[in-house]
Amino acid sequence: MSTGLLRIAPHIPLRVRRSTRLVERSIMVYRRTWMIIVSGFFEPLFYLLSIRIGFGALIGDVEVDGTLVDYAQFVAPALMASAAMNGAVYDSTMNIFHKLRNAKLYDTVLSTPLGPTEVALGEIAWALIRGLIYSTAFLVCLVALGMTSSWWVVLTIPACALIGLAFSSFGMAITTYMRGWNDFEFIPAATLPMFLFSATFYPLSSYGSYAWVVELSPLYHGVALIRALSLGEVEWSMVGHVVVLGVVSVIGMRIASRRLATLLMT
Amino acid sequence: MPETVLTQPAETATATAPVVAAVDIRKQFGAFEAVRGVSFEVRRGECFGFLGPNGAGKSSLMRMVSSVSPATSGTMSIFGLDPRTSGSQIRARMGVVPQTDNLDQELTVEENLLIYGRYFDLSRAECRRRAKDLLDFVQLGDRAQSRVEPLSGGMKRRLTIARSLMSKPELLLLDEPTTGLDPQARHVLWDRLYRLKEQGVTLVLTTHYMDEAEQLCDRLVVVDRGQIVAEGSPAQLIREHATREVLEIRVAASVVAGIESALSSLGLRTEVLPDRVLLYSNNGEQTLKDVHELGITTLSSLVRRSSLEDVFLRLTGRTLND
Repeated sequence: MSTGLLRIAPHIPLRVRRSTRLVERSIMVYRRTWMIIVSGFFEPLFYLLSIRIGFGALIGDVEVDGTLVDYAQFVAPALMASAAMNGAVYDSTMNIFHKLRNAKLYDTVLSTPLGPTEVALGEIAWALIRGLIYSTAFLVCLVALGMTSSWWVVLTIPACALIGLAFSSFGMAITTYMRGWNDFEFIPAATLPMFLFSATFYPLSSYGSYAWVVELSPLYHGVALIRALSLGEVEWSMVGHVVVLGVVSVIGMRIASRRLATLLMT
Repeated sequence: MPETVLTQPAETATATAPVVAAVDIRKQFGAFEAVRGVSFEVRRGECFGFLGPNGAGKSSLMRMVSSVSPATSGTMSIFGLDPRTSGSQIRARMGVVPQTDNLDQELTVEENLLIYGRYFDLSRAECRRRAKDLLDFVQLGDRAQSRVEPLSGGMKRRLTIARSLMSKPELLLLDEPTTGLDPQARHVLWDRLYRLKEQGVTLVLTTHYMDEAEQLCDRLVVVDRGQIVAEGSPAQLIREHATREVLEIRVAASVVAGIESALSSLGLRTEVLPDRVLLYSNNGEQTLKDVHELGITTLSSLVRRSSLEDVFLRLTGRTLND
């Protein structure tokens, strides 16, 4: 047992260290184009202002688990979860596809000691770092506009990271099956209904007997998680949402690294 | 301390063992067999070449040696390691120059080298040091901060070679290193490759240029349709499969049809190509006289030394240029 561990143990830090090389590359690239990242700060601000000014005034309070909540406060966390999803999907589909097919970046990387698993881990890690920057910006806006009601809201940052992990792993896995740019038309076909029907704009109870369909959407679990943290209604059932997102992440990552191996190491 | 004890026997073992040893390698892509039972050995410090036309299976062979493509069957050993299980360790000691320059377009010339060194776990300071030396070595020192995109074909090629040297590889793989370059750029590259060989780097290259193989390779194999059809040094191959000289003649189109039988009385091997006729002879000038005595009018004639192209023609019945 102990000898087995000794044999495996040195490889784990090595693999992790190697996968950070792609993060290093991304930092090198974005050092020159940091304005792109800064522009991402404005997105949450515009989102939140729009609901604060518009919906908040038009629509009164919504009932969530027996308590009345201001509508803007109800929708804001859902938008935060959706933004985490959209950022992760964009990074792991368009960007990865370009590097995989057009720039042939991974062909280069695979002529070094790095393998397909390190490529997958490294790119997902970068998507998470970018996501972290955006969700922090979102959180700052939420607090600044007075749209939160609990200190639990701080945990929305790791929750967004988990949403990012799930969607970037899965996005990357799907990208390995894309034949050309045309196939990207299918992505909004999946993300838009998720955005609209993941209890984003109205509570799960409004879906009546179709609530189970909503629960199939991974984004729903992200929305539920972030909303509960933002409203301070923390309960044990939230573990279920974490598990769902965790399972999606693991499956996505598995598929992604296996598919990269088949695509690049033929 | 224990590390030196561990590496010592490995070093002495690899000093005598071949760097690459392949036995009956096959590579299948669906129904198509790109490599059909190839065996070869690359010795330490030599320049070994795969010469063959496009589609002969050279690139498939190179990808297998670079440990990113598993062989369908057969055994391969690189540095005494199995690429199927030790790909990462093998690649750590190897430099690869792929057929098309896949430089990182989002980075500058220098950054391309820096990040590549980081992929090999080198420290940042070491990467900077090596990048500077290598940019000078490939004459790109003044372009360090430039983007990759505006570089000329020859510069990109040199940068790709510099990149492959960041890890100080023991074995350098070059897939058609000078394809698409102008003669001047080719000569600069050849000179650099020659210097690397002098430094003890083992080179493996593919080419479809005869002059390149003759210039650079100590030993080479001629590959055709996924198989090795000949093996040896360039001089040896020419000696074995061609004559000392070749007479090339051009004749009027009306004469071409019957020329093979007309020349048969000379008792020489002849090749009738679409644009010229080749006669393999040990004395080209004498053969030209003989041809004229047969009453054949030549539009132009040329006597030259045999080259690997003649070897290839002999072995496969086709020219390399088509």
